[in-house]
Amino acid sequence: MSTAADSITTQEARYEYLLRLADDRLILGHRLSEWCGHGPILEEDIALANMALDYIGHAASLYEYAAEIEGKERHRDDLVYFRNDVEFKNLKLVELPRGDFGFTMARQFLFSAFSYFLYEQLCEVEDEQLGGMAQKHWKEIKYHLRHSREWVLRLGDGTKESHRRIQDAFNEIWTYTGEMFYQDLVDELLQDEKLATDLNNFKADWEELVTSTLEEATLEVPDFDQFMAEGSRKGLHTEHLGHLLAEMQHLRRSYPDADWQ
Amino acid sequence: MEDSTKREAFQERIDKGETIEPKDFMPDRYRQQLIRMMSQHAHSEIVGMLPEGNWITRAPSLRRKLILLSKVQDEAGHGLYLYSATETLGASRQEVIDDLLNGRAKYSSIFNYPTLSWADVAVIGWLVDGAAIINQTMLARSSYGPYARAMVRICKEESFHKKQGYEMVAKMAEGTPEQQEMIQDAVNRWWWPTLMMFGPHDDDSPNSAELIKWGVKSKTNDELRQSFVDRHVQEAHTVGLEIPDPDLEYNEETGHWNFGEIDWDEFWKVVKGNGPMNRERLNARRKAHEEGEWVREAAEEYARKRKLRQEKVS
Repeated sequence: MSTAADSITTQEARYEYLLRLADDRLILGHRLSEWCGHGPILEEDIALANMALDYIGHAASLYEYAAEIEGKERHRDDLVYFRNDVEFKNLKLVELPRGDFGFTMARQFLFSAFSYFLYEQLCEVEDEQLGGMAQKHWKEIKYHLRHSREWVLRLGDGTKESHRRIQDAFNEIWTYTGEMFYQDLVDELLQDEKLATDLNNFKADWEELVTSTLEEATLEVPDFDQFMAEGSRKGLHTEHLGHLLAEMQHLRRSYPDADWQ
Repeated sequence: MEDSTKREAFQERIDKGETIEPKDFMPDRYRQQLIRMMSQHAHSEIVGMLPEGNWITRAPSLRRKLILLSKVQDEAGHGLYLYSATETLGASRQEVIDDLLNGRAKYSSIFNYPTLSWADVAVIGWLVDGAAIINQTMLARSSYGPYARAMVRICKEESFHKKQGYEMVAKMAEGTPEQQEMIQDAVNRWWWPTLMMFGPHDDDSPNSAELIKWGVKSKTNDELRQSFVDRHVQEAHTVGLEIPDPDLEYNEETGHWNFGEIDWDEFWKVVKGNGPMNRERLNARRKAHEEGEWVREAAEEYARKRKLRQEKVS
């Protein structure tokens, strides 16, 4: 399916929309899960694994629904294990390597703040299943936002080293934030039918929350108008995604006939 | 004199089956033995996250990925819970973790073996958690209250871990030829190291008699090992897997399975730090600790600044 096509059906748009949501969460969950057993403190090992579980769990529900909408009798795992790099529609932001704990938390905060507003609005869409999922998952997203925001404050207003590290992380990652608000035909079509939310509704709220948090953390707020990376919703990714997928899909693809439950 | 009276009274309480609580009198040696056992147990949970954690990003289905991630997270929780229980004896978490990182403290040797295929995740759940349950069910009746209570809670989660492991084992054993081969290979590699988890023979276990006298343990290493063998041989046969022990034979008279001798040279080699993964496991823990240092410092500094600000306001 191509989103570049001049026209798409509602069904195609819904499938694509769900995939974008699911891919973001699966890939970020994957990056978070890489911390398991390697966190800076035991409590954080638990918290990072918990967030990974939430994201992968949210993705699982979204894939299941996407497969149902697609109507080709595919299983949710087919969407996870048997699509290639260019078919993944997640943001570049979430596929970047986990970096140090500062980078992980900077990304986590920016994405959680975005998800917070997004899911708040998704609760209202006229798609009962998606709306229901959003309501259920929003509670967990609120926790992710609180948790990552607290770490931004601690690291920003902690020691000289932690301040430098998380400032560097925000500076580096900033260029990947613009894509969060990218919209195209898929969004427009669904917005007309009240099946999706307009991201512009909360862009200012997101900027305000990010700005006030960074300021409270004594950090400099990078320029929102700087050059922003683009292309991921069309399947144009960084080179990191291919490696991530190679690892994630290898076993499943090596034994395509095996049932692992 | 007072000491020996107190010690006698302590032993009487144990013999009556009473539970010892943190503020009660306890002989120094009892305290030291428990600190050793409980901190080793906590370290085993933490180091034990690594071999299974190795497969989280490669799990072959979303369901399996979620179960594995949640299992490894449980282990972190058990570690936290056990470190807290150890603190009730006056040993701080930092102290005992330093002992682990410096190589002074031990953890279960089973985690010094590598997870080479996905089937290892299944077999660890089935055999390693199966062995842990047998040991921990006994410890749930231990004389030291905080340890016993920790075990009750942990056992509930462990039995789920074992169940999901055995479910995977059974599924693979009836799967494709490759899956069957993979699962049998994993059983072959993990069977003997799992039997070693129960420790040396009773004759070579200097701590056992004392721990039994104090009601910390109620069964010997060999007794526990036998109940593990009896249960798991049956489970292996149910799903058509072979146990890699030519001496394995059912004994009609005793109602138990006779089994071959453990390779004690290998056992001691791994205990002394020369197993296949000892260095890697400890290095991974050290690396996480060192790389996390700036994070812990920042959290402390932030808390200090915040407290200062609050004091100024009030």
